[in-house]
Amino acid sequence: MGRFILRRLLLGLVTLFLLSIIVFVCAQVLPGDVGRSILGPFADQKSVDQLNQRLGTDRSVLVQYWDWISGVFTGDMGESLAFRRPVGEVIGPALVKSAKLALLAFIIVVPIAIAGGVWAALKEGSFRDRFISLGGLSATAVPDFVWAVFLILIFALTLGIFPSTATAPPASGFFEQLHYLILPSICLIFVLFGYIARMARAGTIESLDADYTRTAVIKGLPQRTVVRRHVLRNSLLPTIAVVATQLGYLIGGLVVIEVIFNYKGLGQTLFQAAQQKDYPLLQTGILIVGVVYLVATLLADIAYSVLNPRVRLGSEE
Amino acid sequence: MSTSASGADVAAPSPAAPSAAPEADERAARKERLSLLWRSPTFIAGVVIVGIFVIFAIFGETLAPDDPFATNPLDDLAAPSGDHLFGTDRVGRDVLSRVIVGARDILIVAPAATLLGTVVGTALGLVTGYFRGPVDDILSRFIDAILALPTVIIGLLAIVALGTSKLTVIIVIGLVFAPIIARTVRAAVLQEREMDYVAAAQLRNEKAPYILFAEILPNVMGPVMVEFTVRLGYAIFTVATLSFLGFGIQPPAPDWGLQVFEHYGLISGGYWWPVLFPALAIAILVVGVNMVADGIAKAFER
Repeated sequence: MGRFILRRLLLGLVTLFLLSIIVFVCAQVLPGDVGRSILGPFADQKSVDQLNQRLGTDRSVLVQYWDWISGVFTGDMGESLAFRRPVGEVIGPALVKSAKLALLAFIIVVPIAIAGGVWAALKEGSFRDRFISLGGLSATAVPDFVWAVFLILIFALTLGIFPSTATAPPASGFFEQLHYLILPSICLIFVLFGYIARMARAGTIESLDADYTRTAVIKGLPQRTVVRRHVLRNSLLPTIAVVATQLGYLIGGLVVIEVIFNYKGLGQTLFQAAQQKDYPLLQTGILIVGVVYLVATLLADIAYSVLNPRVRLGSEE
Repeated sequence: MSTSASGADVAAPSPAAPSAAPEADERAARKERLSLLWRSPTFIAGVVIVGIFVIFAIFGETLAPDDPFATNPLDDLAAPSGDHLFGTDRVGRDVLSRVIVGARDILIVAPAATLLGTVVGTALGLVTGYFRGPVDDILSRFIDAILALPTVIIGLLAIVALGTSKLTVIIVIGLVFAPIIARTVRAAVLQEREMDYVAAAQLRNEKAPYILFAEILPNVMGPVMVEFTVRLGYAIFTVATLSFLGFGIQPPAPDWGLQVFEHYGLISGGYWWPVLFPALAIAILVVGVNMVADGIAKAFER
């Protein structure tokens, strides 16, 4: 068990290292002259040089990488060019906002999606199964901003139930904030339902087929008990992994939803950083999104192995 | 778990194939797949939907009632009417014409990106699955690193680094998809490499590239085809999203994502038509591609 977790942890660190290199190369090496790319082709060379010196982008690539990565670990992440504040001060509050939206979306989406998947699996091959599978898949495939547009048109413009922005007025209470976050969360049902429902469905179908289920049915347990006590307990294992991988998407990946609902989470912050070529903010923000994803999948792997002895003891492949 | 089971079903007939008449067998399988496809109502509906958009993309200007680029400041944001069925946008351009002609860019960029991703990803998957060992380990870690970021974020990062153009969008999406496709192909190759026909080729002293591309590749074409169609849907998704964020297809192109981007701020003012119709076009096209993908996946699973 300890060895399994250690191995996963080491692999995660290697992945994180590679990720930091990819992000660094994209943000600081590929653009070539960073100062020139920020100021544009018409700025004079002197101010370009000055900016490069201020950003430290006139130094060698290795020094820059070391400076950045050691800064991230010691909490000194440089200064955001667009916001003229330390990167940490910009990302911190954005991360909290993203986490709020992610949490609410999670609480709403996960139970609905799992219920949908299990409900479809109980009648495999029926119309409702096809409907949930194909409908869920199609809903996932339609871009989130398209769903956001439809939802805003229906719920904000026509019915007027929810506001068309996710940012509540300052100093509003908990329920007020909740009210503003409902519409983006509904949007995420469409985005995530398909993935989670598909895993829940596959897991349920597999454990419905298993010998222990047959035994439970034959010994005369009512269907409800069989499903709850024997099927669900096993079928929801693979779902954990999918749910965890979506956490990385929910924190930082919601660029489009945060932009269209004007919500200042990590996604919109990264979008603005990209728009304004704010490289220090962009590269650190993206690294944090990667860290969140890797930690979430690591925890899911561990949870999965704790709950499922076959993974813990069995082969790696 | 269900995927591994169906993978075994696909792999099962292949060892028998070389002993009998492999070509006839292959032809029969293809014929059966085709007939399965044409009996699936979802597949046919998907083909019809995608077909209509392809016609829009090719004959856009001829079909469009108006010039999609002609601005008319005196007639901006006109509500849908007999003159303009879908209304006009903020500079007075006909929304219907822009929706029709808008099919073109996305139907060039998305398939090109998917093709690039499929070719690179299949090659990567073949190499990593066949050689395993250190090559596999190193590439797998890189794949993990890229998959740790949402596609949109990678797109933002790469496009900021490389500048916006259709070619950048194609390259970025292709390279993001490559590792995902590589992973699927690798799983299929891991099964194939244990087959007798691979051992036979190795005994004949065939070179590795020959074994990879002439022996194994034809046997993993099923998963590759399925990946291609599924990814095509995601490519349309991603192109539309990048355009919506202003990092994809650039103005004044009548791209759908771009149209939504240019007008979504006007929704609260009651101007819904320049946003709704392009958004609907994206949704319908994506669902159509997915229906085709679903049909192909089902046909190859049997």
